[in-house]
Amino acid sequence: MDSALIPKGVKRCPLWQFALFIGAVSAVLGWGVYAMLLCWFKGLNQTNMNDYYGFALWIWADLAVIAIGGGAFFTGLLKYIFGKDDLKNIINYAVLIGFICYSSALLILAIDIGQPLRGWFIFWHANVHSMLTEVAFCLTCYFGVLTIEYIPLILENRQIDRVPFFHHLSHNMHEIMAVFAATGAFLSFFHQGSLGGVAGVLFGRPFAFREGLLVWPWTFFLFTWSAAACGPCFTILVTKITEAVTRKKLVKDNAIELLAKISGWMILTYIIAKTIDTWYWAKVLAPSKGLTMMDFYSNNPLYGIWILITEIVICGFVPAFILITKKGRKNSLALWIAVTLAVVGVCLNRWVMVLQVLAIPVMTFDIWAMYFPSWQEIATTILPVAYGIILIALSYRYLPVFPNEAELNPLEPLPVEDQEPSELLGDQERELIPAEA
Amino acid sequence: MFPFNFEWIWDMSHVVFMGGLWYALNILGIGMTYCIVKAILDASKGKDNHNH
Repeated sequence: MDSALIPKGVKRCPLWQFALFIGAVSAVLGWGVYAMLLCWFKGLNQTNMNDYYGFALWIWADLAVIAIGGGAFFTGLLKYIFGKDDLKNIINYAVLIGFICYSSALLILAIDIGQPLRGWFIFWHANVHSMLTEVAFCLTCYFGVLTIEYIPLILENRQIDRVPFFHHLSHNMHEIMAVFAATGAFLSFFHQGSLGGVAGVLFGRPFAFREGLLVWPWTFFLFTWSAAACGPCFTILVTKITEAVTRKKLVKDNAIELLAKISGWMILTYIIAKTIDTWYWAKVLAPSKGLTMMDFYSNNPLYGIWILITEIVICGFVPAFILITKKGRKNSLALWIAVTLAVVGVCLNRWVMVLQVLAIPVMTFDIWAMYFPSWQEIATTILPVAYGIILIALSYRYLPVFPNEAELNPLEPLPVEDQEPSELLGDQERELIPAEA
Repeated sequence: MFPFNFEWIWDMSHVVFMGGLWYALNILGIGMTYCIVKAILDASKGKDNHNH
């Protein structure tokens, strides 16, 4: 029924099957929307946030999706500015994933501010001394960049592309995409960094506080670095998941391997910098405040030293060493493990920098403050996942997201005995079946 | 956000912060305007480009 909208030369599942899948995911989406409406209409009393936890699950989710969405800006930078042309086969998907991540981040923020109708205050009445204002500016502008990068893909839909204006618009946008990509990299550098800067300037929170360069604490640079390092891993991970679900090869190995190699070196350099930062904090900064490192990792039911080891060694050095070796990148299982660990690692880092910071007692009368999110917080955090799956499914079905899909999955003509007489007459009209499914 | 807002002050923070915002917004705005205007002109001329 919708075959006229499906890209040429590729095979998609029947519409009823697709509708069933979308319906199932929409049920989860509906649950999230219900929780979101509860938060909007009844207020933030629907959450388990309190005086200790002004930042909670949503801010972690925000920081995490922004970090893993960093694959879009970094892949764009590599492709359009550094001329890594092999990445053209994965750039569309990186942009789509980035678009989902950033729209999700904005949606979560819209729920988190409690009064969404006043969301524009941060622009109109900007506090120019706040790193979060910089984050809001850059995040919104960068979402604009991602939208601009995603639009040409929509315009390349078979039916939309027939309209001359849309066809030319898509072509023109491709022509100056480097300008948009460079702007995106500029914006990403600052908002990724400022999210880290927010933690680093908390001089009343010795777990997070760092020294730095001019007005920027070291966490500013570590956040940007980690997003550029681990974002591409999320792009690879989602690509691999999509290939597993569709049972097709969608991106050529050279694109995946190049991105994995660059990501591996980025992770390695990042994790070395992170190790030095942690060592300096443990040996110099924390003692200067009268604390020892173990004060931050003991006397509580959750935050043990395991979390630091997991973040730096298991989810840092291990994926880095896998990805920088050719053997590791070429081994499918090792690649899966490495990109998964890298994504878990950056999400864990954001958890630590948001929630462990708030859990640690800072006053003599304080105790470790533990927190578990309410179901409304959980539902609204799962909401973007359902939204992302739906957008990926729709884009995969109707847009030429993977330029090499037709080449990698050639369609074969039906056997002669199964063809209609009219089909035997002309090659153009033959019905095609997939070579492999 | 604008110099005519009551809370605006002509200091370095405002100039750098808001200058950065308007710089980015201008690039995006000018870029998209160029693409749209050129697309209208190309479509009206019936220009053919199937090379992207």
